[in-house]
Amino acid sequence: MGGYLLHHIVRFGRTLRAAGVPITPGQIVAFIRALEWLPLEDRELFYHAARCTLVCRREDLETFDRVFEWFWRNPLMGGQLPPGLLSTAPGPIRRQENRPRPAEVGHPPAPEPRSENPEAPPVILADRAMTYSPIEILRRKPFERFSEEEIQRVRRLMARLRWQISERETRRLRPGPRGEHLDLRRTLRRSMRHYGEWVRLLWRTHKRKPRPLVVLCDISGSMERYARMLLHFLHALSHTRRHVETFVFGTRLTRITRCLRHRDLDEALREVSHTVVDWSGGTRIGECLHVFNRDWGRRVLGRGAVVMIISDGWDRGDVELLRQEMERLQKSCYRLIWLNPLLGIPGYQPLTRGMQAALPYIDDFLPVHNLASLEQLAAHLERLPARRSARRSGLARPVPSGGPE
Amino acid sequence: MFPRSIDEVIRALEAHRYIAERGLATAIFLALRLNRPLFLEGEPGVGKTEVAKVLADLLETELIRLQCYEGLDVHSAVYEWDYARQILQIRMLEASGERDEARIRQQIFSPDFLIKRPLLQALEAKNGRPPVLLIDELDRADEEFEAFLLELLSDWQITIPEIGTVRAEQPPVVVITSNRTREIHDALKRRCLYFWIDYPSFEKEIQIVRARIPEAPERLTRQIVAFVQELRRLDLYKLPGVAETLDWTAALLALDRTELDPTVVDETLGVLLKYQDDVLKVRGEIAQDLLAKALLRAEMASGGA
Repeated sequence: MGGYLLHHIVRFGRTLRAAGVPITPGQIVAFIRALEWLPLEDRELFYHAARCTLVCRREDLETFDRVFEWFWRNPLMGGQLPPGLLSTAPGPIRRQENRPRPAEVGHPPAPEPRSENPEAPPVILADRAMTYSPIEILRRKPFERFSEEEIQRVRRLMARLRWQISERETRRLRPGPRGEHLDLRRTLRRSMRHYGEWVRLLWRTHKRKPRPLVVLCDISGSMERYARMLLHFLHALSHTRRHVETFVFGTRLTRITRCLRHRDLDEALREVSHTVVDWSGGTRIGECLHVFNRDWGRRVLGRGAVVMIISDGWDRGDVELLRQEMERLQKSCYRLIWLNPLLGIPGYQPLTRGMQAALPYIDDFLPVHNLASLEQLAAHLERLPARRSARRSGLARPVPSGGPE
Repeated sequence: MFPRSIDEVIRALEAHRYIAERGLATAIFLALRLNRPLFLEGEPGVGKTEVAKVLADLLETELIRLQCYEGLDVHSAVYEWDYARQILQIRMLEASGERDEARIRQQIFSPDFLIKRPLLQALEAKNGRPPVLLIDELDRADEEFEAFLLELLSDWQITIPEIGTVRAEQPPVVVITSNRTREIHDALKRRCLYFWIDYPSFEKEIQIVRARIPEAPERLTRQIVAFVQELRRLDLYKLPGVAETLDWTAALLALDRTELDPTVVDETLGVLLKYQDDVLKVRGEIAQDLLAKALLRAEMASGGA
């Protein structure tokens, strides 16, 4: 293989990494080995080989296609990435030093007279400016302006909370004294000490694991004053256990699980503010839940997940849709908890249309307005009932009162 | 046969009635050449599992299938001892006056008493042709199994404490599928060649139906595929996959239909859509609207052909 091509491939890898597709040297090696088996003049095969060796997540395929088209059109350019090429799926690694360096002067042209292929993927630049309504204000929150004291205080408060979500029995078995499955293997081995006599029976029991937690947090205009604190809360929550999936919604649904994985709170919040586009705009809870149920439900609600929706229930979307989606959501999770910051206000009645539509499908309706309410929530999560509460289709259940059952 | 080029892969797959796009053929070819597992993701019913079956046919080798589920452990995936026979053997040895514990142990923990599960079978194949190992729906297994698999895929060896280490002479051709009900760890996916199988285009899907159900009339096939393609543009909980297209075609043939009409579409919609909400949404007006579009498209396609 030509040295120049090799050089370009390594730089291509670097460009991909800069665009947010996390690839490893091992993958680059696999790609180079793959090329030994392919006719190099076939651009389409080159593309497919790169795609199946370098990408391993579906959400990265689109970014890959854009970077591929941009990079191999003229691999000598290799300067700054156009802003539209950044990944829409934020990866944990996006370091500045990974950006490609400008090509060296006097570099001979690459050995690739790749003809333009009509089937090559079209270049679609990410259009983040698409808006739903004038209500949706596309504004990025300046988290940087937080006062240091405020951050420190919240951090300390959050750190004191202990989050242990109730466990469920998995189907995996492990040795245990009070199990219900006979452990033939260990029993037999033990019996060898006694000339094959089964002196003692050994058992296996079900391994227990904490339930996965899925959080859907409202970040629309009416929730604005709680947003900061809630994001701290979500960050703290993400770092106590591994299986927390976090989404935020206003007029659209955004998954921020990966952003929150940054250990450093400021770093995580910066990532979130770059990813989310509908801060402090309108709310369409029904539509957002619909997107969640359709695109994410099957992926994150398995294994007895607990779902928490954090919202004040002010909804400007379709109420009937909200009702349907709440019913579906409740049926596909183990427990559906709604946290409403307004519930902390004395005399608050959940009378908004959205809240009214959602109430029949909520298992727990809890306040989230101060640290005490978070402690209450933590205590509640720790001792969820061992069975899931009744789900009835279409029938309104008695409205839960404002407190844990 | 062992394909020597990507076009050969495409032709061979077609000969086994599997219509693959070029990207998938490239991934399959490279998986064979580089000895890397093939990791297939995609919506249900797009033919992920089928790839492994066809690949086994094509390579004229055995298909070993491991269906994943939560709690899948070494005993069900790799090996298990035949306890009942072991106990009998102990009794027999006892009756014959054997008292030496080490000798009893050696006898009953011998390969004769081993029940081989799919992963061990895949390692032990010795007829010179490595088998195709299908690890189906890995997303259903838990992290513990995933971690074990990661180790296996890198070393191709398994240690059985009582016997020793079993190492594959030739690593099997591995196909892993996932429906994404859980994210598989990147570390595992990076060891594989990753391919996302999308829904096929109109022309590809017609080819698929032709290959799988050759007795279906040409006109009906075009109408069915056009309708399903229209249906996939809707906002539904579960879009119909290729498997549903084939089921529907078979159903309509069984009903002796030669073309689509509003009544039969409404009556058989349950073959395509698997959620009651979706059926209710589509049945009636929307279905008729789609049907009108589909018939037009089918007609235009036949005019062009």
